[in-house]
Amino acid sequence: MNDPTNKAIGKPLDRVDGRLKVTGAARYAAEFPLKNMAHAVLVQSAIAKGRITNIDTSAAQKSPGVLAVITHLNAPKLASPQSGGGDSSGGDAQVTAANAQSGESGSAGGENPFEKPVPVLQSDQINFYGQHIGVVVAETLEQARHAATLLRVTYREERPATVMAANLANAYKPQSLLIPLKPDTQRGDIQGGLKAADVQVDHTYTTPNEHHQPMEAHATTAVWDGGQLTLYDSSQNVNGVQKTVANTLRIPPENIRVIASFVGGGFGSKYPVRGHTILAAIAAQQVKRPVKLVVTREQMFTSVGFRSHSSQRIRLGAKKDGKLTAISHEIHTQTSVFEEFIEHVGVATPMLYDTQNLLVTHRGVRLNLPTPTIMRAPGESPGMFAFESAMDELAYALKLDPIELRLRNEPERDLEKGLPWSSRSLVESFRQGAKSFGWERRNPEPRSMRDGRYLIGMGTATATYPTNRMPSSAKVRLLADGSAQVYLAATDIGTGTYTMLTQIAADALGIPTERVRVEIGDTKMPRTPGSGGSWGAASYGSAVQSACVAVRAKILGMARLDPRSPLKGLSNVGMDIREGRIFSKRDSSRGETYQEILARNNLKVTEAEVESTPDEAAKKYSMHAFGAQFAQVRVDPDLGMVRVTRFLGTYGAGRILNPKTARSQMIGGIIMGIGMALHEETVVDDRYGHFVNHNLGEYHVPVHADIPAIEAFFVKENDPHVNPLGIKGVGEIGIVGVAAAVANAVYHATGKRIRDLPITPDKLL
Amino acid sequence: MKLFAYTRATEQDVAVNTVSRNQSAKFIGGGTNLLDLMKENVEQPNQLIDINSLPLSKIEVTRNGVRIGAMARNSDVAYNAIIQERYPLLSQALLAGASPQLRNMATVGGNLMQRTRCYYFYDTAMPCNKREPGSGCAAIEGFNRIHAIFGASDQCIATHPSDMCVALAALDAVVQVQGPKGDRQIPITDFHRLPGDTPQIDTVLQHGELITAVDLPNLPFAKRSHYLKVRDRASYAFALVSVATALDIENGIIRAARVAMGGVAHKPWRAVAAEEILVGAKVNQETFRAAAEATVKEAKPQKHNKFKVEMAKRAIMRSLTEVGEMA
Repeated sequence: MNDPTNKAIGKPLDRVDGRLKVTGAARYAAEFPLKNMAHAVLVQSAIAKGRITNIDTSAAQKSPGVLAVITHLNAPKLASPQSGGGDSSGGDAQVTAANAQSGESGSAGGENPFEKPVPVLQSDQINFYGQHIGVVVAETLEQARHAATLLRVTYREERPATVMAANLANAYKPQSLLIPLKPDTQRGDIQGGLKAADVQVDHTYTTPNEHHQPMEAHATTAVWDGGQLTLYDSSQNVNGVQKTVANTLRIPPENIRVIASFVGGGFGSKYPVRGHTILAAIAAQQVKRPVKLVVTREQMFTSVGFRSHSSQRIRLGAKKDGKLTAISHEIHTQTSVFEEFIEHVGVATPMLYDTQNLLVTHRGVRLNLPTPTIMRAPGESPGMFAFESAMDELAYALKLDPIELRLRNEPERDLEKGLPWSSRSLVESFRQGAKSFGWERRNPEPRSMRDGRYLIGMGTATATYPTNRMPSSAKVRLLADGSAQVYLAATDIGTGTYTMLTQIAADALGIPTERVRVEIGDTKMPRTPGSGGSWGAASYGSAVQSACVAVRAKILGMARLDPRSPLKGLSNVGMDIREGRIFSKRDSSRGETYQEILARNNLKVTEAEVESTPDEAAKKYSMHAFGAQFAQVRVDPDLGMVRVTRFLGTYGAGRILNPKTARSQMIGGIIMGIGMALHEETVVDDRYGHFVNHNLGEYHVPVHADIPAIEAFFVKENDPHVNPLGIKGVGEIGIVGVAAAVANAVYHATGKRIRDLPITPDKLL
Repeated sequence: MKLFAYTRATEQDVAVNTVSRNQSAKFIGGGTNLLDLMKENVEQPNQLIDINSLPLSKIEVTRNGVRIGAMARNSDVAYNAIIQERYPLLSQALLAGASPQLRNMATVGGNLMQRTRCYYFYDTAMPCNKREPGSGCAAIEGFNRIHAIFGASDQCIATHPSDMCVALAALDAVVQVQGPKGDRQIPITDFHRLPGDTPQIDTVLQHGELITAVDLPNLPFAKRSHYLKVRDRASYAFALVSVATALDIENGIIRAARVAMGGVAHKPWRAVAAEEILVGAKVNQETFRAAAEATVKEAKPQKHNKFKVEMAKRAIMRSLTEVGEMA
């Protein structure tokens, strides 16, 4: 009802929390200055499998400043997860609840897997190297850290299994995957489809273990006040933390408050609750003081999940004209010995292209490593590297342009679900992206493009990510001064949640963005899902929109019925709002402000709280964002060094709330994808079962010098079906397909197909 | 981290005497490596003598070349006009290392004293003969992609991580040392050791000896020099293989040559065999290939670093080609 030219949505508003962040005023989980704070340091196992036969804590306990040393020998008894998909062989070892269903599938079974108890220090059993075996609490961090080195632990060690490739014979078919995708998906006749093909591709692709390593380390500050527990936690999911900690400590959730006002990145590792959060709470209870626990960089390699290594065999069949006759995607990933998390690596494969004959299988291997977990675009990130590399191989086998191959296999509808697309801009993304990138300048012949001694290559790949939405609530208060406050439990993990909610509220209320204050990251506020699945904007945004509409209706209702109001008798459609002033569309002089209405009614505030749930109608469509990734690389053919010199991504992701923060999400995803393509790999030493390169000196992520100018833009996409705001979510699609685009560019440059990430110099010699 | 005493030295003699008297004392300069090692409990000195206030940071032209004070920061050396003019490979090597923040703190003396980046050395839960003599080497049968292909022993296959030292080795630099028994001079190629049976000892420096300066001899042809670093990412990564080269060329014939390598041995690896082939030979690819092949002939790679042999060969050829093409 308000003037479209005056809308905040769609404008590149600066981050409303930017100033707080750059001035250091934004407080993160380990930055709340509480009186009498004690410091906790984790102690972790130095074997991967076996039992602790003894822990001598005497020296640690005598060490200066030490307040408590907690091990399985003196830890309080905690709840254990109700069996679920977990293997009983893990006994009561740590369970991170990262397995089973995400909230997306609804907690159909009743129990939300991200709320299962997370027992720590409950037995002498060791299931992986770096498992928490104790926590030391002291007056200062230095004292705690020193005392932690004084624990003398003896083990009865058993031979661990830590490398997937060596244990493929023990692969099993999992009960379920994280999302509602069955381990096996089949349609048509895969063998027949392959036989009918003129050209076949059959290769195996692998992706390594990868770690999230967000900039802000995982941390918890725990404070007890009688039976009330406050947790300042670096979390993507405050309601999940509240429920999980309650379930683990067996206390009512309402006795727990979780605060995550600012979060320095998460990428999935901060979605599930981790053992250290439980240990901080236990430690604070024991020493009767606030306790701060920061997980170190090195400990983050074993304490907060990672992306599993994957091995993916892909078989494609196609007719001479490029029409696919068969797609087969057989996947192996790993899980831990004590719980199940099998990544849905093949999730995008069944719906991406037009084929009648399809097979996707997921198999798991249990290893003595921590349980893998969700990491930015879980499923699509590794899966689309393999699939889109294979598509490029097929294009070469067919002597067909890789974009043309995709266009010839564009499906009319989602063949797996049998549903129409709510919208699908893959073709448009390729069309606009190719033009902007200068794809027509590419000579398809490998090794044909040079710059001096360097080989130049251009590669492309499809990106896709599902459009998700979760039930969410929000409260909006309109104050006597005409400003608004928005409250919800949601988190902003750096994506721009604060900013886009400010824009949504400003438009829905018809007030300027400066008059809106958004407060999030607190379980005292209305319940929301965590930040994951790229559903934040659609879920939180819809709730805020609805709450604003409700507040506005209340106020306009008052005015319409009030003989003292110039708005008396006007209908909703007869009114407009601008800058907080409501007026008649026919006679703009006839109007008044929110302030005037509230003042006349002696109201300091008008508020509304709503719960917003996904529309049933949305189930009639298959809803996904699509995009096209384009990479240009420069390869030193003698030394094997690859530089990405240009990258462009084009995406159709519904309505873009804030082009500036949305573009930042794309760029961040692309950078993470370049890291996946060229750098990231955590190596396991099978003798000890530990991650060898467990620090940021040796676990390489891209540095500035690795990152070229990146372009990212959105094609116009109006999707009336996904949700009322037309939002598809942009947190994850940016990384999908990037590694394939880079690998395809490397092939084009060098004629060498690297099917094993990352593409390090040694692989190109 | 263990408690330790900290003293700021204002006089060299006092600094040297203090450290000499305490076997567990160490000098600290920029601290960019030592503090990390202390936090990881790899190094546990009980006394630190801060030498940052000592007047040892000058870079000056001498009769025989250039003297770089031991406390000169890596960035100051890298951007020094004399260094850039006379010894470009040293400037390039310094800028290929670490990050600007680290280079602003790290000193020349400290760079010489850098310890290996072997994963197992840094991880106190792992056996390591360098950290804990006699405990074994976890790298030999472990993940050894970044390890040595030259001069390793059955006790240790670690590499020296410095870029600067590779350039210094090519330049025949001399390390000036002040010790409790007086001053001495150590040629750079003798300064670092091979691991042998005592991998815990990185250098020939005796306890209490303080590096005061590094002398670069006059080497006019060092203007024609190059430092090449092959690594897993564009910056902030240790060398898989690096090469420092300088050639003295007259009428298409090489009169003198310097080739040194990094990332391949327990010390900066002077490729003597390559130099012998280069001297007197024509500037062409055949010469460079022969030099490269002679260098890697004695390589003994490990399970995960076989690629380094081919990479080293190609890096030598590339670096020589770069220098050969210089006007």
